[in-house]
Amino acid sequence: MKDERRAWAVLALPYAWLALFFLVPFAIVLKISLAEQAMGIPPYTALLETGDGGTKLHASFANYLFLLSDSLYFRAYLNAVKFAGVSMVCCLLLGYPMAYGIVRAPAAWRGFLLLMVILPFWTSFLIRVYAWIGLLKGNGLINNLLLSLGVVHEPLTLLNNAFAVYLGITYSYLPFMVLPLYAALERLDPALLEAAADLGCRPWQAFLRVTLPLSLPGIAAGSLLVFIPAVGEFVIPDLLGGPDTLMIGKVLWDEFFTNRDWPVASAVAIAMLLFLLVPMGLVQRLLRGETA
Amino acid sequence: MSDAPYLRIENVVKRFAPGAAAAVDGVSLAVARGEFFALLGPSGCGKTTLLRMLAGFERPDQGRILIDGADMADVPTYRRPVNMMFQSYALFPHMTAAQNVGFGLKQDGLPRREIKERVAAMLDLVKLGRLGDRKPHQLSGGERQRVALARALVQEPKLLLLDEPLAALDRKLREDTRFELVRIQQRVGITFLLVTHDQEEAMTMASRIAVMSQGRIVQLGTPQEVYEHPANRFVADFIGTVNLLDARVAGSEGGLLLLDSAEAGARLAVAHAPLAAGTEATIAIRPEKIALAASPAGERNRLDGRIAAIAYRGDASTYEVELATGKILHAMAPNTARHAAPFAVGQAVGLSFAPDAAVVLQS
Repeated sequence: MKDERRAWAVLALPYAWLALFFLVPFAIVLKISLAEQAMGIPPYTALLETGDGGTKLHASFANYLFLLSDSLYFRAYLNAVKFAGVSMVCCLLLGYPMAYGIVRAPAAWRGFLLLMVILPFWTSFLIRVYAWIGLLKGNGLINNLLLSLGVVHEPLTLLNNAFAVYLGITYSYLPFMVLPLYAALERLDPALLEAAADLGCRPWQAFLRVTLPLSLPGIAAGSLLVFIPAVGEFVIPDLLGGPDTLMIGKVLWDEFFTNRDWPVASAVAIAMLLFLLVPMGLVQRLLRGETA
Repeated sequence: MSDAPYLRIENVVKRFAPGAAAAVDGVSLAVARGEFFALLGPSGCGKTTLLRMLAGFERPDQGRILIDGADMADVPTYRRPVNMMFQSYALFPHMTAAQNVGFGLKQDGLPRREIKERVAAMLDLVKLGRLGDRKPHQLSGGERQRVALARALVQEPKLLLLDEPLAALDRKLREDTRFELVRIQQRVGITFLLVTHDQEEAMTMASRIAVMSQGRIVQLGTPQEVYEHPANRFVADFIGTVNLLDARVAGSEGGLLLLDSAEAGARLAVAHAPLAAGTEATIAIRPEKIALAASPAGERNRLDGRIAAIAYRGDASTYEVELATGKILHAMAPNTARHAAPFAVGQAVGLSFAPDAAVVLQS
């Protein structure tokens, strides 16, 4: 009985934390998304109005309908999904060999190599993105190097375009892909690959039939960790991107700070959340099928 | 059984680092087709390394390995006519038992119908007929062991390697599985090479045993030869329980070798070819070959002592008998009567053994 109560107390803390810092803010954003823009502080109408005729509910889906009416939002969503998706694949293609290499490295090296993966986090994210500007700009390090080597005769356009955004997202989120992949591959019993070879698999066949399926949970976790935050990414497209790299995070920022339209900004945020539930649900189902 | 050896290992040497002691140090071995052969030795004796070289996971530094006449030097693991049953079983956790068993057949590109039939037949052979669609984590230890065996047998290898196949099972299951493995081996007729540190396992299953120590084969023979005629002190001590008495040759008499043992405090007679007087030797006697009597009997090879401890094992008891010299000998006697314990701790007893019950080992 006492143990049971203690178990509840232990559980209550994280639940309280989640309720306070996730559920309540979410409810507030949801509330604002159903209100209308107004002059004043806060700059939106109240959801419940208490007047002579009692309490009245003022909820409208006008903001959501507005999102549907202007194709800008839908294009920004798709753009964000495209940038996040392609960058996620780039992270996977780069991160898988990296994680595999670290797992296969001599035990004494592994800690150091993992440290190298995490090391960029010790510098501010913003500064690292700014550093890319210095590298990519017209008279930046990369162009100057190529010019002095005579590889190119005029500077390449490396900055303020889609390439720079892909590069920036891939670079920034690569560790989030490598770490779960490392965790998944490290658990893999080397005897399984020996067994596969013993049963007639060449090394690449053993990879396809044993290593790859068994690292699926790591692939899924890493992909979600890259994809979800990348969809809402604002800083990278803002600093490295150009006119054709409008992503939904930037739209949200503009609605909130430039237009001061909190209700529409909230509707954008809620719609983005719903949008992201789809890939998360798919991955969940995939993983459940794998372990069952 | 054909006469030419089916597996031939010629002077194989393996070092894991240059200059380090050899893990396998010049092993030569010939195994006949259809034989159930055991490599027996303590951990670190090189038996597993030898097995891994047969599977192709390690390459020998020197020497040759031939299977059915073909040199395996440049044959990679995936093309060797060899399958291995791993100590950890190494079952693929993302596949069902049937998919595990069919893994190799699918790799060989056999038609789906044939794979299905052969997997079903193999699962029946190991008595897992109805558990084919379970994943490894849904199976018990014994069931996993049988999936691993089925997976290793289904490709009909020329040689099946078994790396401590019973080590992960509990005692009762281990004993049942020994007979099961022998039955299956006789049924499929595949040559089995077993690696184990458990002498009982090797003795009960194998038709021949190679005892290994420090990378070398120290004795090769049938279980009975290895047990009754150990080649040296190491083998005598490693296989079963044995009493070892240091002694010095005193002479010969009527086909018996007479030895003085300070440890036993007596002159003992052992059936053995004559040796030069003064030669240092060890007398080895198995506990079950020492007779225990309340009243001292016989005059030859008779030692007097006192029972220091009794280990009751149900069918028999092992007695620790302390001699007047302080040396402790182990003797075993069956418990034939249900009610009376034949001996008690502290009781004075007489030990005796026949001259041909003991073995003389030269160091």
